[in-house]
Amino acid sequence: MRAAFFRALMDIASTDHRITLIVGDLGFGVVEPFAKQFPAQFLNAGVAEQNLTGVAAGMALMGRVVFTYSIANFPTLRCLEQIRNDVCYHRVNVKIVALGGGFAYGALGVTHHATEDLAVMRSLPEMTVVAPGDPIEAEFATRAIIAQPGPCYLRLGRSGEPVLHRSGVDFELGKAIQLRDGNDLTIISTGGMLSTALDTAAQLDVRGISSRVLSMHTLKPLDEDAIANAACETGAILTLEEHSRIGGLGGAVAEVLAEMEGRRVPFRRIGLPPGFAPLAGSQEYLRAAHGLGTDSVVQSVLNLLEIAPA
Amino acid sequence: MNAFNPSIDEVKELSRRIRMQVLQMTHRAKSSHVGSCFSIVDLLTVLYMKVLRVRPDEPDWPDRDRFLLSKGHGAAALYATLAERGFFPREWLTEFYADGTQLAGHVTHHGVPGVEVSTGSLGHGLPLGCGMALAAKRDGRPVRVFAVMSDGECDEGSNWEAALFAPHHRLDNLTAIIDYNKIQSFGSVEEVLNLHPLAEKWRAFGWAVSEIDGHNYEQIVAALENVPTQANRPTCIIAHTVKGKGVSFMEGQLLWHYRPPDVSELQAALQELEGHR
Repeated sequence: MRAAFFRALMDIASTDHRITLIVGDLGFGVVEPFAKQFPAQFLNAGVAEQNLTGVAAGMALMGRVVFTYSIANFPTLRCLEQIRNDVCYHRVNVKIVALGGGFAYGALGVTHHATEDLAVMRSLPEMTVVAPGDPIEAEFATRAIIAQPGPCYLRLGRSGEPVLHRSGVDFELGKAIQLRDGNDLTIISTGGMLSTALDTAAQLDVRGISSRVLSMHTLKPLDEDAIANAACETGAILTLEEHSRIGGLGGAVAEVLAEMEGRRVPFRRIGLPPGFAPLAGSQEYLRAAHGLGTDSVVQSVLNLLEIAPA
Repeated sequence: MNAFNPSIDEVKELSRRIRMQVLQMTHRAKSSHVGSCFSIVDLLTVLYMKVLRVRPDEPDWPDRDRFLLSKGHGAAALYATLAERGFFPREWLTEFYADGTQLAGHVTHHGVPGVEVSTGSLGHGLPLGCGMALAAKRDGRPVRVFAVMSDGECDEGSNWEAALFAPHHRLDNLTAIIDYNKIQSFGSVEEVLNLHPLAEKWRAFGWAVSEIDGHNYEQIVAALENVPTQANRPTCIIAHTVKGKGVSFMEGQLLWHYRPPDVSELQAALQELEGHR
C-alpha cells in the first residue's frame, strides 16, 4: 500500500504544486524520491508531531494541500488536539497518513500497534476516514482524498499486501466496493483485513455457504445503503477489522443496524478485544492470536449462522 | 502600505476605549480573563493600528499579515480591537458570550471577520504560525506572521517544538510576542513552573530576542516596526506586562484571571479609565 500511495502522490505532486508532504522524521528508504524530486513540497519536521500537525494546518491555511506522514499512532494520537482544533475545526486540507495500521508493526510492541485510531478519528467532526483494502484501493484513495477538500485520515497497511481487485475498480469515497456476492451472509471488511475476508469467503464456499464481501474502505462517511442492502438481501452480517471492536467498523455498522427500521439480522463484530496485545509477534501471528486468522473468522461465521433463525 | 497611520496618542486613546469595552463585555457576560485581556491591550492596539498590513474591508486579502492570538482567553480584547479597527460592527461586542452568537469566550474564527484561527487550548498558535510563515517563504509571498502567547502558555511542549522549528527554517517573517505578566492560572509563574530565564531560553533556541515594557507604546512600536531585526532568524519579543493593567485594583491580581467585574467594580473601573483620558 505504501508504494501505491507514493506512486499516486508523486504523480499528482508533479502537476499540483499545492501538494506538500511533511514527515515526522520517519520514512527512511521510502520518502527520499519524493523529497528529491519535490524539495519545495517536502518537509521533515523532526520528531515533533504536535508542531508538525500545527505547521501542516498553517500551511494549509495558506493554500497548500498537506499530507502528514508517520507510522502507527504518531500522526494521530500524539497530536490529537492539533488534529481536532487546528485541522478539523478550520476545515483545512490536511491529509493525515498513518503507515502501519493495526498490527503491521506488531513485533515492535504495543506502542506501535495502531488499534484505536479508526475509532478516535471517526469521532472528529469534518474528518473523512479511509482505510484501503489493498494497493489498488490505496492508490485510488490517495487521488480521491486530494480531490475532496477538507481533513482526511488515511490508514495504510505497510508494504507487500496482495492486490485483491482483479478487474477495474469503481472507487468512490463513501461507497463500499463489493468484491463478490452471496446470500447467506455479508462480510464487511475495512483496511488490510480484506484478504482475510476473501479467504474466509472461499473457505465458506467449500461448506456451501455463500458470502457477499464488501470492502468498506471509507469508514466515514459510512455507506449506510450498502449495510442496509446487506441486511435485507443476505442472512447475516459480520464485520472484520484489525482494530479494537470498540468504535471502529464494527461499532459504526452496529450503529446503523441498531437504528434500522424493520429487519434484524444476526450480526457479529470481529476485531480486537479491549485489552492490549503485549506479546511480541509478526502481524500474522498477532492477528491469529486475537481471532483474526482465517480459521477463527470462519469459525465465527459458523457460530453466527448457527444462532441465526432458520 | 496603509494610509491608516494613527499617532501614538490616538493609539493610547484607543487602548483606553478597548479596556472600557472589555470591562463592559466581561461584566455583561459574567466572563473571566479581564486581567489577561488588559495585559495585551497595548500590544494589540499597536499591532492593529501601526504594524499589521490588513484590510478590514477585505479580511481575506491573500497577502495580509497573519495575526494569531495564541492565548485564546484574551478573546474579548481581540474582538474589541477588531471591532475598533472596522472588521465588524461594534454592536457585536454587546453579544460577547451570548447564546447563539458568534463571539465565543475563546478566540473563534467561525463567522468572525479578521480572526485567522480559533484558539483556546494553549500551545497551538506558534506551530500554526510556523506553518503560515514557512508557506509564505516558500511561495515568495510578503506575508508576515505575528503570534501573541501568554507566559503560562510557555509550559506547553508544543511551543518548544515550534521554538526549535522556526530558527531551523530561518523564519524571519515570524514574530512571537510573549505576554509576560508573571501570573498564570494558579499563581505566579515563578511558583507554578518557573520560566526564568525566559529570554535566554529563546535566545538559546536561535531566536532574535528583545525585551520591552509591554505597556510602553514607544517601545512596542520600536520593537514591532523593526522586525526582523536579524536576517534568517525569527523574532521573539518578551513583553513585560502587568495583569489587569489600567485599573489599579485589578493590577497584578490573580483574582482577575477569573472574576468578572460586578456593577460597582465596573463603575469604579470605568471611572478610573475615564480619568485617564
